[in-house]
Amino acid sequence: MPKMPKLPAPPMPSALKAPPPRPGHGNGRLTAADHAKEAGMNVVDWVDERTSLSGGARWMMFRKVPKGTNWFYTLGSATMFAFLSQAVTGVFLAMFYKPDPAGGAYESIRHVTNEVFLGQFVRGMHKWGSSVMVILVFLHMGRTFFFGAYKYPRELNWVIGVVLLILTMVMSLTGYLLPFDQRAYWATVVANNITATGPLLGPYLSDFLQAGPEFGATTLSRFYAIHMMLIPGLIAALIGAHLYLVAKLGTTAPPWLKAEKNADLRKVQA
Amino acid sequence: MALLDIVPAVSDKHSEQKSRYTSDRLIPGAFEGETVTRRRFMTGTTHAAGAIAASSFLLPALGFAIGPIFKQVPLTWKTAGPTDMFPDNNYVPVVVTLTPGIGEAGKSTVYVRKRNPSIDTDRPDLNTSYIAISSRCAHAGCPVRWVDAAERFICPCHGGVYDLLGRRVGGPPVRPLDRFYTRVVDGLVQIGARYSVNSELQRFSPRNPGEPIDGLGQYLYPSRPSIRR
Repeated sequence: MPKMPKLPAPPMPSALKAPPPRPGHGNGRLTAADHAKEAGMNVVDWVDERTSLSGGARWMMFRKVPKGTNWFYTLGSATMFAFLSQAVTGVFLAMFYKPDPAGGAYESIRHVTNEVFLGQFVRGMHKWGSSVMVILVFLHMGRTFFFGAYKYPRELNWVIGVVLLILTMVMSLTGYLLPFDQRAYWATVVANNITATGPLLGPYLSDFLQAGPEFGATTLSRFYAIHMMLIPGLIAALIGAHLYLVAKLGTTAPPWLKAEKNADLRKVQA
Repeated sequence: MALLDIVPAVSDKHSEQKSRYTSDRLIPGAFEGETVTRRRFMTGTTHAAGAIAASSFLLPALGFAIGPIFKQVPLTWKTAGPTDMFPDNNYVPVVVTLTPGIGEAGKSTVYVRKRNPSIDTDRPDLNTSYIAISSRCAHAGCPVRWVDAAERFICPCHGGVYDLLGRRVGGPPVRPLDRFYTRVVDGLVQIGARYSVNSELQRFSPRNPGEPIDGLGQYLYPSRPSIRR
């Protein structure tokens, strides 16, 4: 097999290049101000010498994108930022939330909403942000579908994306119960009963979900643990895999872009 | 003959018959009768040790999570009221706590009346002298209410309608309303375990809403250990 010509390394962006030394400045000796200016770069160099992380960062950040890349390509990042927003607001809500089905759960949510400083705002971000995330997931999925970006070699990334979609749905389901008001309770009862209508395994799945034959005292804490520990970890790990594959395989050009007709551009660069 | 001269330079390692004894394969340090190399043995024991270490926390955690599927919930009898409170031609709503420990959410309405032999044609029994109908809709589990004027149970969620005996007469439910066993102790009607009925009012162990019991349904939605009675 003939050896493929090696592509030249991508150029460093000018912002990251060290500026050339100015003649006659400081008489060749470094002043305190020069040291202060260099401090940040020195720290980065110190870490990079021991980890070689800059290669990975450059591989991730400064990759080539096809011509025609447009605003639709930002939907994936938007979804990720919606998830990050959910994660951060969720951590702060968890500082106040009590998964106590005998009234404590509802009371703690009421306390956050009505009495805690900015509580209503942070809870509102989490509550409405969850809908935003679901909408963004579907828009991102639609972009991938209509641009044909799920085709070879990106099938595995589509599969990971579908798993992420399902996990987002599980987050929506388990999070809906946590306010523990009438709507939360009945929505969960109905969702559990729908789960139980799956043939053969359904009744057992429903027992597993609500930790018993009926909605019981441990159902709420079970949903809480799934909502704040099990699924977020899985989502974060799968987002990592999703992003790795995006960087590895690159993004697709939009389908309306045709291949270049100019023969010169198709010559193999020596 | 010329074609046969073109033999591959690399010999096919699968074509050679290898001895199963390490000493025959000229492995350094092999001893008489040894068939597993030390390298393979080391790999195997490391994998086995890893599997034991992982399963020592994964299996208990898994068992802990799925344990409730197999745990039977203890039965308690809940008092509904004195016997003269319940006529035999109309329902009296009674609120009982079906699941303790979760506050208001654990309470449920049960519709109770005295058994009336002229309308109740199902098999009479010591525990059905009072008819107690669960208010949980057999479609998705919403609470139905008894509408006296229409003599129907009506579900607010998706429009399920049931008659006086709890049999489905309209809407999406897949079976009649569930019932509870009843008994009379010291002049008080008590409510016991829930059971499901098929469209001929034959008894089955309790099922979740949305699970049909007629025909094939009783096998597709088996009774569960947690609530098998």
